[in-house]
Amino acid sequence: MPDRFGSVAFAYGRFMQVTGLTTSFGRTIAVNDVSFSIDAPRMIGVIGRSGAGKSTLLRTINRLTPATSGQILVDGRNVLELGGAAMRRWQRDCAMIFQQFNLVPRLDVVTNVLLGGLNSHGTLASMFGMFGSDRIERALHALERLEIADLALQRAETLSGGQQQRVAIARALVQEPEMILADEPIASLDPVSAETVMTALRTIHERNRLTVICNLHTLDTARRYCDRVLGMLHGRIVFDGAPCELTQDVVREIYGTEQDIDEATTSTSLTAAAPVRLAHAAA
Amino acid sequence: MMQVAGPALDLSRSERRRTLYSGVLVLVLATLLAAGYGQANDMNSGGFVQGLAKFLDYPAEIALEAWTARGEFAGLLLRFLPALLETLNIAAVATILGGICATALAFLGTAGLGVHPVLVPLARRLMDVMRAFPELIIALFLIFVLGTSPVPAMIAVGFHTAGALGKQFSEVNENVDRRAVEGLQACGASWLQRMRFAVLPQVLPNHLSYFMLRFEINLRASAILGFVGAGGIGSELRRTIGWGKGAGDETAALFVLLILSIFVIDQASSWLRGRITGAGQVS
Repeated sequence: MPDRFGSVAFAYGRFMQVTGLTTSFGRTIAVNDVSFSIDAPRMIGVIGRSGAGKSTLLRTINRLTPATSGQILVDGRNVLELGGAAMRRWQRDCAMIFQQFNLVPRLDVVTNVLLGGLNSHGTLASMFGMFGSDRIERALHALERLEIADLALQRAETLSGGQQQRVAIARALVQEPEMILADEPIASLDPVSAETVMTALRTIHERNRLTVICNLHTLDTARRYCDRVLGMLHGRIVFDGAPCELTQDVVREIYGTEQDIDEATTSTSLTAAAPVRLAHAAA
Repeated sequence: MMQVAGPALDLSRSERRRTLYSGVLVLVLATLLAAGYGQANDMNSGGFVQGLAKFLDYPAEIALEAWTARGEFAGLLLRFLPALLETLNIAAVATILGGICATALAFLGTAGLGVHPVLVPLARRLMDVMRAFPELIIALFLIFVLGTSPVPAMIAVGFHTAGALGKQFSEVNENVDRRAVEGLQACGASWLQRMRFAVLPQVLPNHLSYFMLRFEINLRASAILGFVGAGGIGSELRRTIGWGKGAGDETAALFVLLILSIFVIDQASSWLRGRITGAGQVS
């Protein structure tokens, strides 16, 4: 049944409920009492000013940054309380994409992609770099999906930003995650690469039925690619709704400004903003 | 007027004070040097100035004897080859065992790689202690306990290597790109896997060149330990140098062997480094 965000709820999507999540560094409260829930695979955009807590929110969900209080329930268990192997298993389930790609610069592309599967790989076997043909095949397949299979043997550091980000997405796919957390994935890319990367994330969301939570610094990208938008200001969620509900008043509130924001100025897209919906979503 | 002159006056005053301190320091050093020279000269059997004239006598004597015996020089090199191999063995075992300990200590002693904060200073202090003991002292002690054989020398040199190489390794580790480590952490990779795949590929070329340099240093250290009964080329050197006149050709052959070994190690080091930085693969 179509819900208020216009997508179909998939029966096997994981239910995630964030309640009262707070993350502070000393006296700075980066994420302040954040609550929201995801009941079906969505493409969610998180917008807000620099320092609003968008990155910290994603990093807290992935357990890269420890939360101060609150809980994140996934299938009825609080992932913030997991430790050791169970925590790493959760990290595998929610793949992270970074603004700076975070690849291993001196390793070749296919090895970087293979590293996405480290969690399901025995430590001893992985220590000797024995990946096996199955894993290599899966890595190559992921690279093919992102149309960069021809770069497989190049060193990651020799690639352009857009190519590196696609390698990072391929690595995330090899993780076989249930969710992708993308922290400003296009903030350091040119418009063409940005479009390729966002389309790739949208495709993965639709084909693999994965929730994608994506921090974005431009409004028009959120409008074009996302089904749902969270607006953050000073660590709090001040807006949670469909992109079409983002009126100028709401935008002013999210960005904490008195003036109207001209999206054409901040836009990084090549064409005018029009929602991108691939074949799947139309169904 | 006074407001402008105030800080300027202070500056020139502190400048003058600094110059005065430097001047006093130089004067004290010069006095110490002169006094020390006088004392040493009084206690020596020969004088410094008279000795300076004979400075080249001994090397010249060795070279002359080597030249006289040039016909049998190749034979001499061959005769001392087993001694060199023994010394090389001591150095190699010590460098490899010490290097393994150094690698472990270096990863534990680098802050910011995900090691428990309590372990970092512990590992560092342990390396300090290991470095503080001169090889000769440890070797003398172990020879006293274990008897004259190459084993005490190996332990002595390896012990010092773990501390010295560990410090250099950990300094290299401090400069790695942390984003790569974070990228693998977000995939759910264990600590060992992160060190193996995110840190090791970045530091391996530098670790390798420090390792090979340490091998050279240990070759020399192992040769010295021959003087106190650890066998190898050092024992031979002690014999030929102790005999004084007549063994100059043998001394020369031993030095030629040592120098050649250093050449070989240096070349091997550049070759290995080239292989590793060129291939981009860890395995």
